[in-house]
Amino acid sequence: MSTPLQPGPSQSTARAFLSGVVAAWTSVFALVLAGSYIGIGALAHDFGFSIGWMTASTLLVWAAPAQVILVSTLGAGAALIEVALAIALSAVRLLPMVVALLPLLRTERTRQRELILPTHFTAISMWVEALRLLPQIPRENRIAYCNGIGLGFMTIACIAGAIGYLLAGRLPLPLAATLLFLTPMAFLVSVIRNSRLMVDRLAFAIGFAVGPLMIWGKVDLALMWTGLIGGTVAHVAARLVARKGRPS
Amino acid sequence: MSNLALHSYLALVLVGFLPSEVWRWLGVLLGRSLDEDSEIVLWVRAVATALVAAVVARIVLFPPGGLADVPLEVRLGAITCGLIGFFVLKRSPFAGLIVGEAALVAGALLVGR
Repeated sequence: MSTPLQPGPSQSTARAFLSGVVAAWTSVFALVLAGSYIGIGALAHDFGFSIGWMTASTLLVWAAPAQVILVSTLGAGAALIEVALAIALSAVRLLPMVVALLPLLRTERTRQRELILPTHFTAISMWVEALRLLPQIPRENRIAYCNGIGLGFMTIACIAGAIGYLLAGRLPLPLAATLLFLTPMAFLVSVIRNSRLMVDRLAFAIGFAVGPLMIWGKVDLALMWTGLIGGTVAHVAARLVARKGRPS
Repeated sequence: MSNLALHSYLALVLVGFLPSEVWRWLGVLLGRSLDEDSEIVLWVRAVATALVAAVVARIVLFPPGGLADVPLEVRLGAITCGLIGFFVLKRSPFAGLIVGEAALVAGALLVGR
């Protein structure tokens, strides 16, 4: 595992940054990210946003689920407060990610403002790779390396988003539909795949069933209520099952 | 920039950027005082999962543009095929995605005829 770009001890910040970029581009997540953002780009196109807006949403929001919510709710003309609440609920999971990442980045001399960028870059893909790779990097180079991973992934996402956007406007119907179908299909299987815990599967199943009912019934703040109800029911149910299963 | 375009960028910052970024900032502020496996973190994850599921269902049932031209039965059938493909083919998300997409194209072509 000693490629020339693997950072050794006491290496310059620029090199650490570059090896982070390379780590992102050669990660399996590069492919996953490209696929998701092609789908989101296509959604943005069909919901009537501009390609500049799509790119800005990737740079600013930088969380695929939140961007899917943003595009599909704003595009469908949902109330701004409903969109904001749904985004906030979907993005709470960024908080524990940041909390878990920071101890790997901080040194005694780290200033708060140096953490702004790596914190903004924190999203599932970058977080998984950073947690895996950072321990091998000298501590003084870690922030630069982490920024490299983040920017590497973000570049892929912006390019893929633009490709999806442009293709959606040009492909004939069944093919254009496949681009728009990428997001729901990929989210569905990857959530089932990633949810080792019963609580996650249950939450997904309830959300999938209750969400459309709420939207169909024109309930105010449908997404927020679906999240809160589905998540809470799943959480409580999983706890009850765990308690029953435990020998007392 | 037209008024509408300006509005959409303003909305992006206000209801897209701020509500997500605030959790990253809070993460820095709260620092070490949060346990990965605490009840509150598990609950938050369940809420986010249910919400994302609702968004997925919403895109399939009330889809935008090009996907809306594919009939509902075909969309639901394709989702089901993708799920079956996922479970049958070693729980590979990639396999599920390919099978689901193939079913969508096949269904759209069959119905369109």
